[in-house]
Amino acid sequence: MSPRESAAGEDRGVSRRAVLAFGGAALAGTLLAPGIRLIEIAGAQVARPAGEPASGKVRWGMLIDTTRCVPDCDKCVQACNTENGLSGGRAPTDPQWIRKIEIRLERTGRTVYAPVMCQHCAQPPCVDVCPTGASFKRADGIVLVDRHTCIGCRYCMMACPYKARSFVHEPLHDQKADVPRGKGCVESCTMCVHRIDKGLTPACVQACPEGVFVFGDLNDPGSAIARRVREIASSQIRPDLALDTAVRYHGI
Amino acid sequence: MSLYGVRVLLAALMLTGVAAALAAGGADGAAASRVPRPQLTVDRGTQCVEPPERMRLIHPDLLRHQRDRTVRDGERGAKASLNACVQCHAGKPGSPAPGTVAGHPQAFCESCHAYAAVRLDCFECHQARVGAAGGAR
Amino acid sequence: MNRAAPISRPDRSFYAVAGFALALLVVGLLAAHRMEAGGHVVTGMNNSIVWGVPHVFAIFLIVAASGVLNVASIGSVFGNPVYKTRARLSGLLCLAMLAGGLMVLMLDLGRPERLVVAATHYNFRSVFAWNVFLYSGMFAIVAVYLWTLMEQRMNRHAKSAGLVAFVWRLVLTTGTGSIFGFLVARQGFGSALLAPMFILMSFAWGLAVFYIAQSVIYAWNGMRLPDAIHRRMRNLLGIFVASVLYMVAAQHLTNLYFARQVAFERFALLEGGVYPALFWFGYVLLGSLLPLVLIYAPRLGGQRASLWAALLVVAGAFCQLYAFIIGGQAFPLEMFPGATVRSTFLDGEVAPYVPSWPEFALGIGGVGAALLITVIGVRVLDFLPHDEDADAGRDSARAGVPAREAAATPGVPAAASR
Repeated sequence: MSPRESAAGEDRGVSRRAVLAFGGAALAGTLLAPGIRLIEIAGAQVARPAGEPASGKVRWGMLIDTTRCVPDCDKCVQACNTENGLSGGRAPTDPQWIRKIEIRLERTGRTVYAPVMCQHCAQPPCVDVCPTGASFKRADGIVLVDRHTCIGCRYCMMACPYKARSFVHEPLHDQKADVPRGKGCVESCTMCVHRIDKGLTPACVQACPEGVFVFGDLNDPGSAIARRVREIASSQIRPDLALDTAVRYHGI
Repeated sequence: MSLYGVRVLLAALMLTGVAAALAAGGADGAAASRVPRPQLTVDRGTQCVEPPERMRLIHPDLLRHQRDRTVRDGERGAKASLNACVQCHAGKPGSPAPGTVAGHPQAFCESCHAYAAVRLDCFECHQARVGAAGGAR
Repeated sequence: MNRAAPISRPDRSFYAVAGFALALLVVGLLAAHRMEAGGHVVTGMNNSIVWGVPHVFAIFLIVAASGVLNVASIGSVFGNPVYKTRARLSGLLCLAMLAGGLMVLMLDLGRPERLVVAATHYNFRSVFAWNVFLYSGMFAIVAVYLWTLMEQRMNRHAKSAGLVAFVWRLVLTTGTGSIFGFLVARQGFGSALLAPMFILMSFAWGLAVFYIAQSVIYAWNGMRLPDAIHRRMRNLLGIFVASVLYMVAAQHLTNLYFARQVAFERFALLEGGVYPALFWFGYVLLGSLLPLVLIYAPRLGGQRASLWAALLVVAGAFCQLYAFIIGGQAFPLEMFPGATVRSTFLDGEVAPYVPSWPEFALGIGGVGAALLITVIGVRVLDFLPHDEDADAGRDSARAGVPAREAAATPGVPAAASR
């Protein structure tokens, strides 16, 4: 570039080179950013090697940003149903592992939407009350039902403060191979444990188009979710119960 | 009827019942029985987890032990994973029970279990067919 | 000495009653089969109301079973001779109702074939797991207790066995109340009051059931209850009914004092439809106040009035349990205080519940099982109270004559006390 042109560019405040450089950088950034995110996520979890048990050093959690959750969208629910082989029915006897709740605050009139599923508490009441120990917390914090041991007494359903658990009221067919489920047992959101063990994210997290969910290892200070919960305010549902849930909400 | 008479009648009824059951069972015997002997062919040449004679004995314990390790401890990819068994033992296309290990009298698991009269309830929850979505070990 | 039970009715009526009980039991088993084969979708229970009519029956039977043993405890532990002769019948009723209640609970499980799992895998933080031990232990202890009562050589151990049974059943009823008391999530349940309330409820219901069973058995065998005994039992029932009413009032009044509980109380006591109706008319009016009137009003107070009072107490118990168990689940969980919520999973809405016939049938099957065990037991072994023993015991204690000699005339007890 000749000195005359550069001088002319400086007079106008911005040079073509600067514009091209900036535009190129912005374009590259736009193209690469999702990739960076993916790499970041993939780097955060890899598939666990075969035969290795879940580790207590990890604590899987979710941050749900309700300010981004929009009405008339239930992609997270659909994704969960598809991934886990749920019928998607809404009768009182149909299982729902995740549902969107419309919350209208009475005093202020403000309405928020929040997807609610098993909160994967650190002190789960469902685990306390299960007589056979079928309801249990895995080492990495995921609360599950061992359906080989569940006798279907439904006491955990009485105990859960979040109404997270469902009971299978009828014989099932066409279960997903990764999600065995059957009549007479209690079930709830597994945080897609079969996907997590392969290094993927839960189906709801993957499916949300609005970026409501952040998923990751709460115990890793460098993970996206750990950084995010340090940055923005978040809370548990029913904090008065002191259950230390792994699912936190921003904006309620 | 006196108490003695009641006892005699009950005993007679029980003996008749037992005799009838024995007769029915015995009459079939080696001839065409209601449940055919299973004919198991595994088309994939490699041995599975253990030799077949041992597998017949220990497969329930293998599965039961492994399921706890998978569900409770989170261990994946084990040799005795039920999904892996299904992938291998499901009938080949063209066989009487293609693509499945249960739900058909000649399917791999069901044929033996029906013959031995041992209830098979794994597949009330687990997927018995290959090719259904997923299949992670 | 094997005294024959004074049965004066022909055998036909025994077979009729036993047949009726067996029919009830069979209907219950058919319902259980239907539920197991089709899944719980055939019942009215759903993901919001997870415990329904079968649990109402089961909890009544279990709580009343532990309470009916009270009659024996008053005899063995506190040494009252009138109640001592009733200890055997009380023990039998306890075993029978416990069996019936547990049968209903176990058959209602989503996977009843996994009972062996329940018996071999225990999570000791769960009061349910403790209950498995408490309930099965109860069978053994009451069986041993009955043995000490009925086997002459073991009679001297009856007091210790009775004491063990008494303490055990207090722990058991505490465990039953704690099933609900430990549920922190539910506004209708999580309360330390529930354990002692269940104990008092067991006293009231157990005595009511005992009185009804005793009246029926006496009527059928041409025996007559001495008025003194009737008055004692009736007054005791009145005290128990009043104390349960007191506990219920304390619970609701405390709840009303907490602002965050007011919404639930409004639902349970005023606006909840069937639940306040059952609570006020079924439990308070018919199940508590009317029996108290029947018991304490000076012009009433005959044995028939007391029988009606006992029957009403039992009916009131069912109403109370329905409003308590099912009403407590119908009220939506409050996850977001100060907000109105809506979702596809009935958040923020009162859950619907329409009981179905398999649920009632299963519950009645449990009653049938209890009835069958009682009827066969009373027929086969010497369970009936012998009031002349009690009278002889009292008189001989005054006169210094051993009771057995004083009551040695066989076979004509009814005439003596008429």
